[in-house]
Amino acid sequence: MSHDQKDAPQPSATQPSALLDRSDVRVKHAEGLGGWLSAFVERVRSGDLGSLPVIVGLVVIWTVFTSLNPIFVSANNMVNLLFDCSTVGVISLGIVCVLMVGQIDLSVGSMSGFASALTGMLWVNAGVPVLAAIFLALVVGAVVGALYALLFNRLGMPSFVSTLAGLLAILGMQLYVLGPTGSINLPYGSAMVTFGQLLVLPPAVSHILALIPGAVMLWAGFRTRDQRRAARLSAASTGGILLRATALTVLLEAVVAYLDQGRGVPFMFAVFLGLAVAMNYALTRTQWGRSMMAVGGNAEAARRAGINVRRIYTSAFVLCATLASLGGVLSAARLASASQQAGTGDVNLNAIAAAVIGGTSLFGGRGSAYSAVLGIIVIQSIASGLTLLNLSSSLRFMITGAVLAIAVIVDSLARQSRVSHGRA
Amino acid sequence: MTAQAAKRPEQGELVLSLRGISKHFGAVSALTDIELDVHAGEVVALVGDNGAGKSTLIKVLSGVHQPSSGTISFRGKEVTLANPAMALDLGIATVFQDLALCENLDVVANIFLGRELKPYQLDEVSMEVRAWTLLNELSARIPSVRDVVASLSGGQRQTVAIARSLLLEPQLIMLDEPTAALGVAQTAEVLNLIERLRDRGHGVIMISHNMEDVRAVADRIVVLRLGRNNGVFTPDASNHDLVAAITGATENAVSRRASRRKAETGIQPEDQP
Repeated sequence: MSHDQKDAPQPSATQPSALLDRSDVRVKHAEGLGGWLSAFVERVRSGDLGSLPVIVGLVVIWTVFTSLNPIFVSANNMVNLLFDCSTVGVISLGIVCVLMVGQIDLSVGSMSGFASALTGMLWVNAGVPVLAAIFLALVVGAVVGALYALLFNRLGMPSFVSTLAGLLAILGMQLYVLGPTGSINLPYGSAMVTFGQLLVLPPAVSHILALIPGAVMLWAGFRTRDQRRAARLSAASTGGILLRATALTVLLEAVVAYLDQGRGVPFMFAVFLGLAVAMNYALTRTQWGRSMMAVGGNAEAARRAGINVRRIYTSAFVLCATLASLGGVLSAARLASASQQAGTGDVNLNAIAAAVIGGTSLFGGRGSAYSAVLGIIVIQSIASGLTLLNLSSSLRFMITGAVLAIAVIVDSLARQSRVSHGRA
Repeated sequence: MTAQAAKRPEQGELVLSLRGISKHFGAVSALTDIELDVHAGEVVALVGDNGAGKSTLIKVLSGVHQPSSGTISFRGKEVTLANPAMALDLGIATVFQDLALCENLDVVANIFLGRELKPYQLDEVSMEVRAWTLLNELSARIPSVRDVVASLSGGQRQTVAIARSLLLEPQLIMLDEPTAALGVAQTAEVLNLIERLRDRGHGVIMISHNMEDVRAVADRIVVLRLGRNNGVFTPDASNHDLVAAITGATENAVSRRASRRKAETGIQPEDQP
């Protein structure tokens, strides 16, 4: 056959009314609720697990601990658990950022400890107003992040090494700031300690807040549907949007109602969730987030597409260290003190483990802000459950380690499955 | 769109002009004193053996590498291409040999990478429509633009990379081995596309090892050898001359093979398809 330069007949050309993204006859598309369900099952089978493993894991962990000690699921224990989640959870949000670009920050624990020491020193010892002290601690965090970025961008120093060095150096600074006494007590009754230990949302406010996500989902869902229909693209069904928004609202309202039987929804956890939602928006719906994913997936391709890769790395490191500082300030508020122990021990690894357990890839380009929320709830559930069982911290470390290992194994198995299904 | 059209150069206007471009990597001279002119509405084929410096030249022009010496003039003005963003902003788009796609992102995100609409609230619907339009212009067969690039075949990825280069209506498009991974029909589509780009007044630089493709679309054939200019040919130049310029000798592996076949079969090498 010689060169046939004529255009091949278009399957779509025969049906001008066909949707723009539905013209390829080889692709099966899910229709309606049943189709959506079978598409979901198909996606999971091919290894695109999303948050499914961590939710299943959470159900298993809660079932086990509740059967061992029913106090575990009591409303007040859950409220305590959420208080504890918020501090390390905020640090973990920053970890999601650096993991997204395929880097790591091992010094978040030290950074949080240093930030808490700095806040305590400035506020209690030097008499600086509390908000100014917190702000300065955050600025110091940002500077440390900028330093890591400088070392990485200009000198090519791997973040693994620079932040490992930072872990030691910042721990030294924390000890130096705390001086010979080694700890600074924050005054009870101050707004900061109240915020960290007691402050909960009033029931009415928490119920109203729980309505917002569903309402936003409805509004955004219908708006997107109308835009897509106007642009001749396939759009989500009205029933599907309604169903999802209703399910989310019912779930959130039930959780809030349950927590209100105890002390109520911790204000600090609401702040953490707010940060997670903001981070999720930034990562998925802005140019910056798209660039973060691109740099994590293929930095050279991102550079050739005209993205300022160095600036993206810088933003990730700065954001991570700043959020680590904020986590340190929150934990100082939670403990009502800034001590030599703050930020040491398992804080560092819990923050990193939470992001990974929640489903953020260690290799960059894959992850979500909500993985920090889910992951930290898993880790704190284990810690809380084992404390209730009066088990020592030795066992707690071992079990948390095992859960982390399982999470990474599930992730790599899913990755292999995605590769074999052509979705990696 | 009218602004873009007004900016577009006249047919035949000198778009790109290189004078004395050299590029060293340490002791290795990848390019030495390269001269190259590209006019609007012209397809220039860049040919040469492996290691002749074709891809290096493309990378210099796309801002990935900076030349060690020499000047680049774009539409009459001397320019410095310090990074890929500057080249893109000037109107130089590139389809790299390795395609430079992010496999973890979907087709729409890759096409609009670095050029997203509404940076603070991505306009996914408009981007998806534009992506379909570009892909349909290329007669591409992409099952879904919401699939990640990792799930696409080599030819589909090639089409995505070409679609991305067209997004900004560039004045100069460089294609590094655009047909290497393509099937028969898609190769013809890409060649059609190159002709369409030429007719719309874009300057096109195309690298290819496939002499048939080169002859099919090129207005001029620029030969590089060991990082130096080694002659400019028209598409009707004989295969023998081209191969001699590419390999640097009239007596070379290709001519020896041809004469051996001639001796064996008694058929003139020029008669071979």
